[in-house]
Amino acid sequence: MHEMSLAEGVLQIIEDHAAKAGFSRVKTVWLEIGALSGVETEAMRFCFDAVTRGSVAEGAALEIVATPGSSWCMQCGVSVPVAERYDPCPRCGGYQLQVQGGTEMRVKELEVE
Amino acid sequence: MCTVCGCGQGETKIEGGPEHAHAPGGFSYAPHHHHHHGPEHAHAPGLPPGRMVQIEQDILAKNNAYAGANRKQWRERGLFAINLVSSPGSGKTTLLVESIGRLAGRHPLAVIEGDQQTSNDAERIRATGAQAIQVNTGKGCHLDAHMVGHAFERLDLQGGLLLIENVGNLVCPAEFDLGEAHKVVILSVTEGEDKPLKYPNMFAASDLMLLTKTDLLPHLTFDVARCIEYARRVNPKIEVLQVSAKSGEGMDGWLAWLERGVVGAGLPAISA
Repeated sequence: MHEMSLAEGVLQIIEDHAAKAGFSRVKTVWLEIGALSGVETEAMRFCFDAVTRGSVAEGAALEIVATPGSSWCMQCGVSVPVAERYDPCPRCGGYQLQVQGGTEMRVKELEVE
Repeated sequence: MCTVCGCGQGETKIEGGPEHAHAPGGFSYAPHHHHHHGPEHAHAPGLPPGRMVQIEQDILAKNNAYAGANRKQWRERGLFAINLVSSPGSGKTTLLVESIGRLAGRHPLAVIEGDQQTSNDAERIRATGAQAIQVNTGKGCHLDAHMVGHAFERLDLQGGLLLIENVGNLVCPAEFDLGEAHKVVILSVTEGEDKPLKYPNMFAASDLMLLTKTDLLPHLTFDVARCIEYARRVNPKIEVLQVSAKSGEGMDGWLAWLERGVVGAGLPAISA
């Protein structure tokens, strides 16, 4: 359940920006979560609701933008899409893959007032 | 309140100190209320749109900043720090106790033990004569770089080996850098050989897989070659060592791996 820690991290980032940018309420939070990041988005929503209660982000809508997984196949020498870390290369069927994209866990943007 | 980082009271406890916090405490599992999750940049009808604030910040940025500070401090002290991760019951503490005994004072070392509750593991380590500090994470499922940094303040270690035994959990500790040189994932042969596929992030995050309890292999159907193949599917570069703390088989290879790291971290071994 590390989504709880991650949700606390999101709230911390929001609160830091609230202090700096001078807003008192967050209406929408956009997160970018990679397909290979190990984050369960439903757990993230649940935890986000729990940790933001009583904060500037209470009741904010959470928009999760999923980014696809991609790996570099060392055999084919090209970047290939992967849905899971244990997937083989869709071209050669091998496992000589190095993850390139899809591990992101970022706060992208806020809609505030 | 912690004067270093301003953190307040929470669930984390570090032995020998006041209760120390890292997580903002006090949330409760109130009933889940559902928000409207509209399309991107949708606004409630009839309401003026709010101001947009670009953030573009990694959620783990704070942990990673603490991890960076730990790594810097440990590098300056010539320490080789490793983060041992596994399921509960893989034999991490037994392996550490046996490893410390065999290192026989050749290097200064200390252990940070993470568990949700009890100081049993730190006491087992201290029984070997080594320094150990227990971190109880309370409800937390992993160590983070902040609590480890505070635990380290209570150790006296200059050069040598810092062994961090994470909370037994193959999921969450994968995401949290503590400042270690390597994550080492421990998989006992009494577990399923497909664990690297079931918990791929942990095996992807680790540089070494230790297969432990290999003395039990004759009694099991565990397929070592298949397990290694699965681990390399998720991490083609992972090193693998097979050890039994009980019979001693493979311990030399593991200790040699540790000693290479200690030497590489910049301080020569203390002659025995």
